[in-house]
Amino acid sequence: MADAITGGSTPSGGLPTVPATTRLKVFVRRHKLAPYLLLLPALVGIALVLLWPLIQVAIYSFQNYGLPQVTGALPIQWVGFANFSTTLHDAEFWLSLRTSVLFAVVAVPLSLFAGTIVGLLLNRLGKKMSLFVSTAALLAWATPPVSASVLFYWMFSPDGGLVDWALAKMPHWLVGSTNWAQYNWATTGALPAYTMIALLVIWQAFPFIAVTVLAGLKTIPAELTEAARVDGASPWRVFWRIIFPLLKPIYLVLLLLSVIWDFNIFTQSDLIAGLANFNEYNLSLYIYDKAFTFPPSYGLGGALALIFALILLVVTVGYVRASVRQGALT
Amino acid sequence: MTHTDVTGPGVAGAARGAATAVQGRSRNKTAVRARAAKRARAVGLNGFGLIIALITLFPIFWMVSTAFKPSQEIYSLTPQLLPSHPTLSNLRQVISGNVTGGIGSIWLFFRNSVGVALVTVLIAAVLALLASVAVARFRFRLRTTFLILLLIVQMIPGQALIIALFLDFKALNLLDSLTGLIVVYSAQALPVTIWMLRNFVATIPRELEEAAAIDGASAPKVFWRILFPLVAPGLVATSIFAFITAYNEFIVALTFLGQTHSDYTLPIYLTYFFGQHGAEWGPIMAASTMYTIPVIVFFLIVRRRLVGGLTAGAVKG
Repeated sequence: MADAITGGSTPSGGLPTVPATTRLKVFVRRHKLAPYLLLLPALVGIALVLLWPLIQVAIYSFQNYGLPQVTGALPIQWVGFANFSTTLHDAEFWLSLRTSVLFAVVAVPLSLFAGTIVGLLLNRLGKKMSLFVSTAALLAWATPPVSASVLFYWMFSPDGGLVDWALAKMPHWLVGSTNWAQYNWATTGALPAYTMIALLVIWQAFPFIAVTVLAGLKTIPAELTEAARVDGASPWRVFWRIIFPLLKPIYLVLLLLSVIWDFNIFTQSDLIAGLANFNEYNLSLYIYDKAFTFPPSYGLGGALALIFALILLVVTVGYVRASVRQGALT
Repeated sequence: MTHTDVTGPGVAGAARGAATAVQGRSRNKTAVRARAAKRARAVGLNGFGLIIALITLFPIFWMVSTAFKPSQEIYSLTPQLLPSHPTLSNLRQVISGNVTGGIGSIWLFFRNSVGVALVTVLIAAVLALLASVAVARFRFRLRTTFLILLLIVQMIPGQALIIALFLDFKALNLLDSLTGLIVVYSAQALPVTIWMLRNFVATIPRELEEAAAIDGASAPKVFWRILFPLVAPGLVATSIFAFITAYNEFIVALTFLGQTHSDYTLPIYLTYFFGQHGAEWGPIMAASTMYTIPVIVFFLIVRRRLVGGLTAGAVKG
């Protein structure tokens, strides 16, 4: 394209006699504006809908912005760090932050583990079986989060749900007990609710990890792992000494993406834990509650959203660095 | 390992003499044992694969199975895997809208969702294609900055923006409207679609365009005649991805669509239905199944392109 534009036949010298469209073309060419013009529409969209709101949120976080300020009944006042101080002194904030962190700490490694196992398995399976397993994984991945949340809610439901029934049927030495009858996973507390959400999130996240790991495995020459195996190395050693070091960049990206996704979850926690009781809030639910539950406080919500974005920014910077190092920008 | 491979050393050993024949036979035995071990391992792996596939499929199976069960089987004390008296009544109720907790036929919300997603795809595809040509074909000063900006923007969570978006769109009078959703979804789709398309454009040899340009083709002509047909398959994959993202979006729709039920998209309809007192699992699972099927079909269409696309160029597999 670059050459298509610079290689045209019009001489580069905007003579005053040529028509306006040609003069414009020449101007664009001389100043090498073509790429910027191509980028402009997308950039405007991103700036208006994704960047400007972020700046607005940052502004709100230093104001007493609420319903009266939106309607104009009361003036908007700058309140300094009051919103941040309120937030940091709120026990509910720390509770929800703890829930979010603990959830990510449990769900991320388990997703990576499950994804790796399935990725390694897909690499070893025959054609038909591998197609079957990857199709199954694809279906779990494809299920819309709202559908999946409602579905898991039903499976873990105390009234006719499958999980409670199955747990009660287990032998006593395992986990079986009549206490499971009508056990309410969603409302009993944060632990059962997020156990259920973790299973749901892992179910939906492992396929992506598995396919990505599989794509990485295909780049490793078979002789390498074969040689180690012939020398008597256990699969465990083969993985940690050969496969993992080679796939480290892929794992770094997968780790960072998983942390961001699992720390962020809103759909699943809203549908399963819900906005009904704050004991089961994660950070996303807490922010949403502060900002929108009556009376709405956009200032407080803004401060929270900013804290949230800053926490994620740390991970995002790591993600960008990892991507750049992989040559993503070339 | 073939049969001749195994017997080969044994036959050769017998020809050479007794001592080597014994050695050959023992080697033969090891080979047989190795083959048995290999077969056992294959059976084990396949068994493991089967178990994993079945566990993974189970929730979806259960959703579909529940959708076809009559009410008394759904709430039975001993759940059955398959409906013993399969019924279409749940689907019929959801389609007619005559159901406890229902707010209209599912087709209405289906139409809303598909309409929003299609317009989003159209806008995002055009803008992203232009931008991807810029980053894949030109070297300019802000190129790297723009690419890094995309990576960062892609990671901004919806929860962080939703407050400002809500207030802005309220001021613009675009809440409770599908137009508002289209605007937000189009912008949200851009970072990933630009990344995906950039990778597709980059795989097309530059020489083709250069040759056409030398032959006197204008820049738009080069684009439409050379680049566009070659990038079209990539555009389809990218569009499907953008479609699914818009079709599944939850938090913006939840916040923007308040009172007017007729504006609901499928996920909000399903959420509302699920939250209604007295709503039954049969119809809910029927609605959920109908909502899920199009996404699954799309995933199956683009399955080969999913890996490279979703890591947004970060994992060049």
